[in-house]
Amino acid sequence: MSCLQTIQDYAFRSIGYGERLLPRSDFTLCEQFTLIGSGMIWNIYYGLVAIFFGFFFAVTLAMGKNSHHAYLRKPAEFFIYVFRGSPLFIQFFFAYAVFLSLKQVYPIFQPLTAAWMGATVVLLLNTSAYSAEIFFGALRSIPKGDLEAADAYGIMGLNRFKRITFPTMLRLAWPSYTNEAIFLFHATALVSFSSFPVRGQKGDALYYANYFADKTFNPFVPYPILAGYFIILTLAVITVYGIANRHLNRHLPQEKRKPARIRINLFR
Amino acid sequence: MKKLILTTAALAVTAGFAMADTVRLGTEGAYAPWNFVNDAGEIDGFERELGDELCKRASLDCTWVKNDWDSIIPNLVSGNYDAIIAGMSITAERDEVIDFTQAYTPPDPSSYVAMSADVNPETAVVAAQAATIQAAFVANNGWTLIEFASPEETVAAVKNGEADAVLADKSFLDTMVGQDGLVMLERMEAIGGGVGMGIRESDGELRAKFDTAIQSMKDDGTLNTLIAKWEVSSQW
Amino acid sequence: MFSYCTDPQTLEGLKWLSCYLTTGKHMSFYLSFGTVLVLLAITAPTALGFGFLGAMAARARFAPFRWIGKSYTAIVRGVPDIAFFLFFVIALDQAFEWMRHKVKCPDWTDPIRQGNDFVVCDAAKLPLSTSPQWVHETYGFFVAVLTFAIVFGAFAANVLYGAMRAVPRAQMETAEAYGMSQRQSFWRIMVPQMWVYALPGLSNLWMILIKATPLLFLLGVEDAVYWAKELGATKTAKFSDYPHTNWHMQYYFGLLVFYLAFTSLSERVFKRISARLSHGQATAAGEAQRKAAA
Repeated sequence: MSCLQTIQDYAFRSIGYGERLLPRSDFTLCEQFTLIGSGMIWNIYYGLVAIFFGFFFAVTLAMGKNSHHAYLRKPAEFFIYVFRGSPLFIQFFFAYAVFLSLKQVYPIFQPLTAAWMGATVVLLLNTSAYSAEIFFGALRSIPKGDLEAADAYGIMGLNRFKRITFPTMLRLAWPSYTNEAIFLFHATALVSFSSFPVRGQKGDALYYANYFADKTFNPFVPYPILAGYFIILTLAVITVYGIANRHLNRHLPQEKRKPARIRINLFR
Repeated sequence: MKKLILTTAALAVTAGFAMADTVRLGTEGAYAPWNFVNDAGEIDGFERELGDELCKRASLDCTWVKNDWDSIIPNLVSGNYDAIIAGMSITAERDEVIDFTQAYTPPDPSSYVAMSADVNPETAVVAAQAATIQAAFVANNGWTLIEFASPEETVAAVKNGEADAVLADKSFLDTMVGQDGLVMLERMEAIGGGVGMGIRESDGELRAKFDTAIQSMKDDGTLNTLIAKWEVSSQW
Repeated sequence: MFSYCTDPQTLEGLKWLSCYLTTGKHMSFYLSFGTVLVLLAITAPTALGFGFLGAMAARARFAPFRWIGKSYTAIVRGVPDIAFFLFFVIALDQAFEWMRHKVKCPDWTDPIRQGNDFVVCDAAKLPLSTSPQWVHETYGFFVAVLTFAIVFGAFAANVLYGAMRAVPRAQMETAEAYGMSQRQSFWRIMVPQMWVYALPGLSNLWMILIKATPLLFLLGVEDAVYWAKELGATKTAKFSDYPHTNWHMQYYFGLLVFYLAFTSLSERVFKRISARLSHGQATAAGEAQRKAAA
């Protein structure tokens, strides 16, 4: 079977298109590359959805934590503390248990016990907590002068948030937020080690890497392939966030526009 | 092959003078009744007793090592232990990479457990542990497969309705039947071969020693007694 | 453990629980928390060492060193730790044995790779197959520490590299003006000052490290998560004196409390260190301290 044929058969296997049966013997490098790459579709999906929705939730949480009102601050603080303080796999475990019992009471929660929905929700909550902490730190370090200047111009309320607070917060938080995005994509690899089941052999990249390692008894081929895909993904994330960073800092004089240093400023 | 026999013979001679060799036995420790960790935190079960007895008969000094199932073969070929004794079925795939001793239990069917006896696996959602022969069997038949990371979770999935039935080794499911209304289906699947010890292909002497020891246990009936005691499979 | 524990079936309530919680298996569980802490205590300085070397290499003027330093940080940071752990330990172990084999058995003629097998002479085995079990366990632990240190060293290198660049240029220029050599100004001016800039990054790294310890079992070390999983699984009366249903929920809750407590304790310690390091530094925090004292 030619490699092109393999790609046709398996490139979208992870989302249910193409050959139903996975290869069972005489595993070629091409098959391993194609299937593990096919699994990456899920990793990218988890990452993108969690980052997109997590962003809005994180901003809300950061505002909550920065609030003067205890009834807003305390829940936000608690949420961030729990999700940042515990290992992701324990979060997966408890979330799955909660989703199961929810589903039994309200059938509307049916999709939550499937990885495509449930694992995404957990990753979303997790990344929100980390990002919220970053945004909170940035909110606290917005130069006082900026806000005073806004007051002087009579920019108030929502307008001030939209034009001054929010953009400045993003600018300050961006390097750390880039790191969080990288870590989040790495965390998507944990999904196939979590309690969420895999249906019809439609799994993520680690599921297929595991499949090949199990069939060939040789971990030295599939896992480095997986690692290679993730390196590419990481580079892509850094590039996209770098472009966003340039956009955020476009008002600065050219020579001061240093590329954001990728510093590890948050933790998982 | 000739060379192998010669070296084995040579070793048999030298073994008489040498001290007992240390042989490291790798097992999983999470697969009752074959092998599991008992209350005292030690490896216990059918294979623990069997392995100790085999080592005694082959005058080997054995120690036990726990290893994750997923990496149990890579660690064997890499030399971190000398034999796998972990309820491992002899399959053609595995036999390409490692060698097996003769089987110490006969092939046993896999069976289904469900909440009601009239579930039809062909149309139902069948749970299996990921990367097992049972998972491959369900997938190859084109039935609806749902895979979990551990055997425990597959059974839990049937109880909470995520799956209609679970397919696994009969001896494992036997320990689960009766809990919360779980029943075993009449249908069985003959997948997997007998269970044997896995040994590096380059380690012919060790394989020969264990082969002899297993044969002697088969001959004097102690193996059958052990199988009956732990209820792991049918007898020889 | 207790004298009344000989027949657990007859016990009830607290007495049963006291026996249950003191079985040999539970003792291994409690000890495994120690294992995790020891691993963290050894890994952190080792990873910092790797990070320091990596950062120095990335700054080196000799181009090949620079390439090595930069590709080490870029590649290792690009890979999820879990994917790395799944193959790296075996690779590391084989690399060690291969090197020992070359040194100890020069006249060995058989190939090392025989089909799938990796065969080295008996003297090159690590540890020797005759050594007692605790040597094997210590060796496995050591390999796990090294793997963790290599992974987290790459992140630390990145943090330290940034911190070295964050030390104000004027400080280095002043050092040069005083006639210090490159080496002197690096060790006497840059290294003492960079820590305050590195601390936020390093503290976060420490937190990531804590939360990566559940992956230890992939490296062949029996950690708290492994035992919690094992103990929480359903136990039937046939194989245990303490049969129970699936108690993963309870055990994992215990782990959750442990990790939450440990991370918040760490956060508090880092706050203190940060305050101490900021003392007398040319940063906003240092300035605030100075003003408060004045």
